[in-house]
Amino acid sequence: MSALGIVGGVVQPLLVIAGSPVLVGVMRQVRARLEGRAGAGIGQPWRDLRKLFGKEPITPRGTSEVFRFAPLVLVATTVVVAVVVPFVTVDSALDPVADLFVVVALLALGTVALALAGLDTGTAFGGMGASREMTIIALVEPTLLVAIFALSVRVGSTNLAAIIASTLDDPSRVISPVSLLAAVALVVVIVAETGRLPVDNPSTHLELTMVHEAMVLEYAGPDLALVELASAMRLTVFLGLLANLFLPWGIATSASPLAVLGGVAAVAVKVTVLGAALAVGEVFLAKLRLFRVPELLAGSFLLALLAVAASFFLA
Amino acid sequence: MNLAQLGLGVAVAVGPLSAIAAILVPQRIRATAVGAGTAACGAAGAVSGICAVSGQTFSLALPALLPLSGVMVTVDTLSGVFLVVTGGVAVAAGIYGIGYARHGLDGRLVQAVFPLFVVAMLLVPVAASVGTFLVCWELMALFSLLLVLAEHQRRPEVAVAGRWYAVMTHLGLVAILIGLVVLAGNATGDSFAALREAARHLPPGVADVVFVVTLVGFGSKAGIVPLHAWLPRAHPEAPSHVSVLMSAAMVNLGVYGIVRVGFDLLGGGPRWWWLLVLVLGAASAVYGILQAAMSADLKRLLGYSTTENMGLVLVGVGAAGMFASAGNTVLAGLALAAALLHVINHAAFKTLLFLAAGSVLHATGSRDLDALGGLRTRMPATTAAFGLGALAASALPPGTAFVSEWLLLQALIHGLPASGVTTAIAMPVAVAAVALTAGLAVATFVKAFGVGFLARPRSAAAEKASESPVSMLVGMGLAGVGAVVLALAPTLVLPALGSVAARTVGSADSPTVVDGVTVRLAEVAGSLSPLMLAVALVAAIMLTVGVLRVVATRRARRAARLWDCGAGPLSARMEYTATSFAEPLQRVFDNVLQPETDVDVTHTRESSYLVEAVAYRRRVPDRIERRLYQPVLKLVSAWGRVGRRLATGSVHRYLGYGFYAVIAVLLVLAVTR
Repeated sequence: MSALGIVGGVVQPLLVIAGSPVLVGVMRQVRARLEGRAGAGIGQPWRDLRKLFGKEPITPRGTSEVFRFAPLVLVATTVVVAVVVPFVTVDSALDPVADLFVVVALLALGTVALALAGLDTGTAFGGMGASREMTIIALVEPTLLVAIFALSVRVGSTNLAAIIASTLDDPSRVISPVSLLAAVALVVVIVAETGRLPVDNPSTHLELTMVHEAMVLEYAGPDLALVELASAMRLTVFLGLLANLFLPWGIATSASPLAVLGGVAAVAVKVTVLGAALAVGEVFLAKLRLFRVPELLAGSFLLALLAVAASFFLA
Repeated sequence: MNLAQLGLGVAVAVGPLSAIAAILVPQRIRATAVGAGTAACGAAGAVSGICAVSGQTFSLALPALLPLSGVMVTVDTLSGVFLVVTGGVAVAAGIYGIGYARHGLDGRLVQAVFPLFVVAMLLVPVAASVGTFLVCWELMALFSLLLVLAEHQRRPEVAVAGRWYAVMTHLGLVAILIGLVVLAGNATGDSFAALREAARHLPPGVADVVFVVTLVGFGSKAGIVPLHAWLPRAHPEAPSHVSVLMSAAMVNLGVYGIVRVGFDLLGGGPRWWWLLVLVLGAASAVYGILQAAMSADLKRLLGYSTTENMGLVLVGVGAAGMFASAGNTVLAGLALAAALLHVINHAAFKTLLFLAAGSVLHATGSRDLDALGGLRTRMPATTAAFGLGALAASALPPGTAFVSEWLLLQALIHGLPASGVTTAIAMPVAVAAVALTAGLAVATFVKAFGVGFLARPRSAAAEKASESPVSMLVGMGLAGVGAVVLALAPTLVLPALGSVAARTVGSADSPTVVDGVTVRLAEVAGSLSPLMLAVALVAAIMLTVGVLRVVATRRARRAARLWDCGAGPLSARMEYTATSFAEPLQRVFDNVLQPETDVDVTHTRESSYLVEAVAYRRRVPDRIERRLYQPVLKLVSAWGRVGRRLATGSVHRYLGYGFYAVIAVLLVLAVTR
């Protein structure tokens, strides 16, 4: 555990928590402007959160501790990921946890907690959302792990710090076919995992199309604020991971204040650009039917498999 | 006499004594006596295994005990691992059985056979000659068959399950018998030492035949696709504490057999052996979990999950063999250590899950997830136990199986640069299979836990459920402690497992290095600390709660109505069931599963436009069973019908058959001699 790692472990979660609602605000604003609306401004998600945190906490009758603890678990898993993944500093605060498999499994744990909460309400909406979310998770997992495989082969490790450090050492790797194929596969996976178009529509409240929103339908007040904050954080974490796996430049390699500040600025710019690009893409996309989603995921799985094949045969 | 010998001796003595006690003592205290005896027997076996793994091995030959071949026993480190697993499972199952048997299972026969089954399972991994091994194997099969049939008078399905199990287990025995006898035929004796010696200069092809034939036999015991057909029938129909012994301990011995014959007796082998094991393992893992995801029967779901986990173990064993045949023994050791760790982890969480399922069955009389629900307030301890087991089984951190699957994935990933095009194609596909299995396992266990235990009760029986007796809770508690310790501190067992695996594949040093609470891999980069991860998670939850106290309102929580679209109170009929939960996955895997649905619409007599009733039935049949077993069964019954034409019941006819048969034999001899 180095000084650089500790600095990262403190700065990163603060940055992710403070910045993720702003990212969501930016994405909504981009969409609004492209659709010819004025938009609510990039501070609106934070204003919503403040309002929700001030509301009375409500427990629906017939729900148990699982329902109450799920938002906490969701936030906690994301916070741990924000601490360990090298976003701002190249060293990790908890190196034995900064493994790609661990990070992926932690994020899945958060989703599972939410799905159980959905089932715990005993309403048709909760069950429907949980069932759909679990179907998507089950199909996303192979792509995700094979893409990780492709990225780790050249480094010989699934440790995130090692992967990022090796990309910094040898920039030419980024434009190799392995990286490009794996990047495209990962983008599809991230779209599915974070519930964006065309897999799920984050702004829908129509029961036939909801996935994430159906699971969290019963939450209100501070609980809902936690769920909203956590899903914004998950989006940020996924985009940050994507950015730093393929374009790690700007990340702090020393613990000097200037380097850390540069790291913060770099990751903020990268994630904002990626988020804005995602929002622009969403303007032109319609939501896929739920049973067409597996085709999309199968396509991305094929790309990931090609990436692994390329890493062996083109090496 | 060392401690390993003493432990095994005590286990072998206590088991039959408990069986005798079961016959002699009155019904009132029978279950208690047998449960305590079984637990003691298991504990002694586990102690013996721990001593063996830490280096206290021994051999024993008793030539007078069994005619022709005598009895030979050797406890080495590999058998030690399986002794510990079997013994540990027996302790939890024995204690649990005290309360569970009150449920009408305290008859003399069932109670007497239960400890004998444990003893037979303890003897299989220590047998050191073909004769001893086969006798113990068959005793294990017979005792388990008697236990599967325990409730045959209550449910007709038990008899069907018993028939499947009896036939498949004996076909498996025949396969193992043929394989080992062929090997022994080329050796000077039937002891494993002689076989090991003989394997070095076997004629070409013989080793291949021996390996493939024994793989079929052992694979059928481990529930490997396509020989799994008995498993999802027999495991659910057996009494739950017996299901535990079968699903968490007995199936492991199939893996033991493959490792023992493949690595130890035959000394490794060509790559295609292990590629075959890997492919069978990957297919079993995916097929098993897919069937589990579709199943709405809690115990059947757990049975299919056993097939899945044994598949994952065999992926590890197969990868170990492939690396070993390529000369990379360190990586082979890593893959085998991952497989052995998964055997132990699976035993821990499957014990927990089956015991919790038995507790639900005990309280509600139902295994049907669609009729359960709402058990969390009525059976909190059982719900906690099942939740812990489900977390472990879905391979999520900080669960038990996560560590072993992580090790397995590390072994597969680092195998890619190792060698050859075959490996380069096999490894990514294996990773994808493991990943798909992990993803489907998450969905399966969210379904089992969420639908079975959370939400509102879906039947009157579930509504009236109450918590199980103390002995059952103690059994579950023991299994739960085991699962938690394995999940947080795999560093306790990994050094020993690593050296066992290294010795088995012929490597000099252990594939894992343990450094405090962190597991590091030797020679390849990679480290994981489950304890650190769990602490970080708990700290993050505490921090969130603390911050929430500061920023959120202090107003008290208020209970409110669920959102019911303004249509009045929600009923249990409106809830999602296990079947509806699995429906999207069923559609996605439609081509693989080929489910059958029937919709019968009855119209009213007045008008064909008005519907009186709609009956909907859905079944997801086991497709492999249908395509592979039905033709064979049809052929056998066709032969039976042909045979019946010859057997009319006339004694004269039978005498005639005998006469003509003798004449035919004499003629054949006269021509050929």
